[in-house]
Amino acid sequence: MGAGHAAGAAHRLYVPGASPVHRLPPQCKLVAVLAFVLLVVATPRERFWAFGVYALLLAAVAATARIPFGTVARRVVIEVPFVAFAFLMPFVASGEKVTVLGLELSENGLWGAWNILAKGTLGVVTSILLAATTEPRLLLLGIDRLRMPQLLTQIATFMLRYGDVVAAELGRMKVARASRGFEGRDLRATRVLAKSIGALFLRSYERGERVHLAMLSRGYDGRMPVVHDVSATAAQWTAAAALPLAAAFVTLAAWTMP
Amino acid sequence: MHVPDGFINAPVSVAAGVVAVAGVGVALRGARRELDDRTAPLAGLTAAFVFAAQMLNFPVASGTSGHLLGGTLAAILVGPYTGVLCVSVVLLVQALLFADGGLSALGVNITVMALVTVVVGYGLFQLVLRLLPKNRSSVGAAAFVAAVVSVPASALAFTGLYAVGGTTDVSIGKVAAAMVGVHVLIGIGEALITAVTVSSVLAVRPDLVHGARGLIKPPRLRTVEASEPKAGPGGPAEPSRA
Repeated sequence: MGAGHAAGAAHRLYVPGASPVHRLPPQCKLVAVLAFVLLVVATPRERFWAFGVYALLLAAVAATARIPFGTVARRVVIEVPFVAFAFLMPFVASGEKVTVLGLELSENGLWGAWNILAKGTLGVVTSILLAATTEPRLLLLGIDRLRMPQLLTQIATFMLRYGDVVAAELGRMKVARASRGFEGRDLRATRVLAKSIGALFLRSYERGERVHLAMLSRGYDGRMPVVHDVSATAAQWTAAAALPLAAAFVTLAAWTMP
Repeated sequence: MHVPDGFINAPVSVAAGVVAVAGVGVALRGARRELDDRTAPLAGLTAAFVFAAQMLNFPVASGTSGHLLGGTLAAILVGPYTGVLCVSVVLLVQALLFADGGLSALGVNITVMALVTVVVGYGLFQLVLRLLPKNRSSVGAAAFVAAVVSVPASALAFTGLYAVGGTTDVSIGKVAAAMVGVHVLIGIGEALITAVTVSSVLAVRPDLVHGARGLIKPPRLRTVEASEPKAGPGGPAEPSRA
């Protein structure tokens, strides 16, 4: 369960900088990242070298963006639950058995574990690099430029903008519970926690009602005004295409080479 | 757990993406009916709420803890269409910013966690509510049943996708048994939280529980006139003028 990250932590994921990767328009980066991840997933798992090349490509991006290795490594922790799952694979999968270090393991399961570890890790690192080089606000602007329905991007914008506020509200409730001697130990705690969640919903929703009225009084008509436009030139699209193009060659080679 | 990249193969991931786009498209249209021009701020704040509620861990058994998924809860509170949008946006932001759930698996995650949970959860909620007497405790009971079934249902949907596009030959029976087994336990926690949350909102703002709208009358303001119709001129002042 990947809990433990706050909605309010979104802006702390961004590593400020002025590298060429930072300066690319968000929509270019989004398309490049999505294409790259799909190519990685479509690569046959038997080609170990291909995944090595993908990792090198990502390392090159990180180096260009001057994202420290430690920052990426610390955030990769998010994948711990599925690493645990991957380690189960060789024990539960069917098919031919091989003996490794005295353990009977399924060969197919070993391949499956490798497949999840390699592709999952590459995917996680790609997302980390995207979030580290693009401000959340710009990322949403990029989604908007890619013709995502307005309503969806608006919901996402409000969620990010008020995530901090709602998370802080939850934090205050936690302090209030603790200062009254509450300790979540067993199932009986559920009642208290659920009441907090109910109160949190009411406060969030009523805040939404107030925000809506405030917006109406400032002339909101269902569309958000575009204050900061991000347009991309052909050169920028080409620059962003470098990563997926290189990856496409690797994928092609991996499929065609014996 | 959010599905990472490489768990489901590329063709099935793309197909699930198409299903997710279609589902979210339907939800976009329906949400306008549920919330009209208030959709963006209210659904946005509800999405922030779902995100925050997922951070609240509750103890399950022997030191392990689970956390709320929130699909059924959101659907009951703000309506099924808006519920789908909220959970989908949460998943989108988690994949884009927090690397929680793969980008190529976003379609799988939205289909399994937003569409299936909301459709099963909300459908069941309405069905149970129709069978029970119309009062507050049956709303809580219906929410419990809906949430307890929606979590394993979502696990089953994942197993179905895994059967078509899984990248490892684990026998599907084993996957189904393991997934459903674990998720029944998670579902019980989810159901307890969902039921108590819905009841506590119902007690304060019954008009905000979309699933029970029209079922339960909001608490009426009883004036002195109404409760003591025979109060004479010497009695308390008429409150309606206050």
